[in-house]
Amino acid sequence: MKGNFIDNLPKIYGIYTGGFVGFIIIMAIAEQMGMTAKTIGIAFVAFTVFIYALIGYLSRTAQADAYYVAGRQVPTVFNGMATAADWMSGASFVAMAGGIYFKGYGYMALLVGWTGGYVLVASLLAPYLRKFGCYTVPDFIGTRYGGNLARFSAVVVLTVASFTYVTAQINATGTIASVALDIPFQYAVYVGLISILLCSMLGGMRGVTWTQVAQYIVLIIAYLLPVFWISNKMGAGFFPHFMLADEVARIGELEQQFGFVKNAAADLKTVPKGLAGITKAHSAVNATPWAFISLALAMMMGTASLPHVMMRYFTTPSVKAARKSVGWSLFFIFLLYSSAPMLATLSKLSLIDPNLPTGIIGKTFAEVEAIDWYQNWNQANLMFISDFNGNGTLELNEFFMGGKAVVLATPEIAGLPYVISGLVAAGGMAAAMSTADGLILAIANAISHDVYYKIIDPKAETAKRLLVARVLLVIIGFAGATIAAMEIQGILGSVIWAFDFAMSGLFFPLVLGVWWKRANRQGAIAGMLGGLIAGAWYLVWVRTGGSGFLGITQLTFGIFGSAVSLVLMVIVSLMTAEPDKATQKMVDDVRVPSGKSILGKSH
Amino acid sequence: MSNQQKHWEKTRGLLFITLAIWFVFSIGIFLFGAEMNEVTGPFGYPWTYWFTCQGSLGAFVILIFWFANRQEKIDEEFGFSEREDE
Repeated sequence: MKGNFIDNLPKIYGIYTGGFVGFIIIMAIAEQMGMTAKTIGIAFVAFTVFIYALIGYLSRTAQADAYYVAGRQVPTVFNGMATAADWMSGASFVAMAGGIYFKGYGYMALLVGWTGGYVLVASLLAPYLRKFGCYTVPDFIGTRYGGNLARFSAVVVLTVASFTYVTAQINATGTIASVALDIPFQYAVYVGLISILLCSMLGGMRGVTWTQVAQYIVLIIAYLLPVFWISNKMGAGFFPHFMLADEVARIGELEQQFGFVKNAAADLKTVPKGLAGITKAHSAVNATPWAFISLALAMMMGTASLPHVMMRYFTTPSVKAARKSVGWSLFFIFLLYSSAPMLATLSKLSLIDPNLPTGIIGKTFAEVEAIDWYQNWNQANLMFISDFNGNGTLELNEFFMGGKAVVLATPEIAGLPYVISGLVAAGGMAAAMSTADGLILAIANAISHDVYYKIIDPKAETAKRLLVARVLLVIIGFAGATIAAMEIQGILGSVIWAFDFAMSGLFFPLVLGVWWKRANRQGAIAGMLGGLIAGAWYLVWVRTGGSGFLGITQLTFGIFGSAVSLVLMVIVSLMTAEPDKATQKMVDDVRVPSGKSILGKSH
Repeated sequence: MSNQQKHWEKTRGLLFITLAIWFVFSIGIFLFGAEMNEVTGPFGYPWTYWFTCQGSLGAFVILIFWFANRQEKIDEEFGFSEREDE
């Protein structure tokens, strides 16, 4: 091939996409020829992980700016894809449609929050941080406000937020690896971890960037193909996004007809842990405005504070490109997020509509128990029925399902070939791996660059710096995997907490660093540590039976944390001396896109 | 007022407009979620439901590209735009 790697990107990823589609077709043919479901699952996961590892190996580097910011030459559209993969975690891929399926409108605040946050990223932060020329988010805080304490505080907030997030992702890779490869979860977690490290260890940000683009392509095909296929197979419409209004209305009708019968507490005790029934309306407004808005707001401000997202915009060639790249990121995220409610609708209707051949409500228990897919997913602990009222027919309130089943089981219920289930497993693995890579790298880079190089040993050689960075990457990965193996929290809960922690400590120190010249070191430190402590205190207080206030729950505690952070930062800044002339000049320079970046190309 | 101050003033103006539109689609309309859901909206979905699945999400995508273009114009106007591949 002529020209350099960057010029050939469209061609390279075009061939890659064609190759992946070819692989799907080969698997489909193999299935027809009698390949077992288990072998197909293993082939999908093993093949894709091998490709990522190969990309990770080819991207190896010994240069600091390639390791930390991929050499700042990632074109906008590709950076958009990488950010979308970085962003959409195992939770988005596996759990989001399930959340919508069970909770309806109240849950969809997350869809609005996880997309609206990018407007804040584009307008308030990304272009300015790109102009700054930093390697990490604490690098910006440390240089803008000055002093090791400010830098270290930012590293603390970053580590708390990202580590909360990463355990959930390693957990998700473990879950998928254990199902696809048929090994116990405690070992599968480490298989997942090694796959993750293969992508990032040799190439740092460069390796992660090019594997994330590859992972995005896999995950978006794996998500959209089944949605379109199922919709067509059910006769719901060839383009589901525009054509499911009748299906949504039909679910509303059925909800009226069946009613939401409340189960007795004693009956519910017999339902396996983690499974839930349909208890909320599908498309009706079932949450108060504040419950919806507060959750959306927390997720939006959290988005604009999460370092693993922000650092993706450090890799673009220019400030202008950083802005556009945020738009592309959100476009690629939109493709998946706008499909999740459609999948939830199709999944729910196919299960509950007695007029459809797949509908199970209204059938006798003996009939349902004889269905193949019911047996499979019942065994996998994701589906459960119980005849509470003893009438022999299945009612809406007697059917229970796990959130993951919406994505994992719907293709099988709709009668799609098994190759699709294998594809979905590969997509879930890609989603969880790409996010885990971004997070582990964010933590390891912050500690290696900001704590080790900037604070402990500023004279360290590049080779030594990168060695430290890689050792940290492995240590943090193993720490995350060890905690994930203990299975303490659910996937979604800890993801939401990560957003709240990030916004509590980082949102205002970052935003005011650009938009308020008067903000100074003392204010920023007070804002970061005060916000983080206030948020954490509120979470512990509510978790231990505290009543909370203003309707702020354990999912939105960041609203309290960031409010404390803002107040402290403004008051302390105004009570202490204003930043020196050099710092004010620095802020002025950051606000202008042209000219040299504040920090040198290599620092 | 220096060139740079004027540039910043305009940039700030654009920020406020962007945030105002963002506010409408992320917060404003959901204040009236229950009322709005009674009305049939695009493609036959109820309005509020449509906004949560597609409308607000799509509006954010368009808003960011619009913002990026406007900001580039402002940068050009004051001679602060970057040379290609800088």
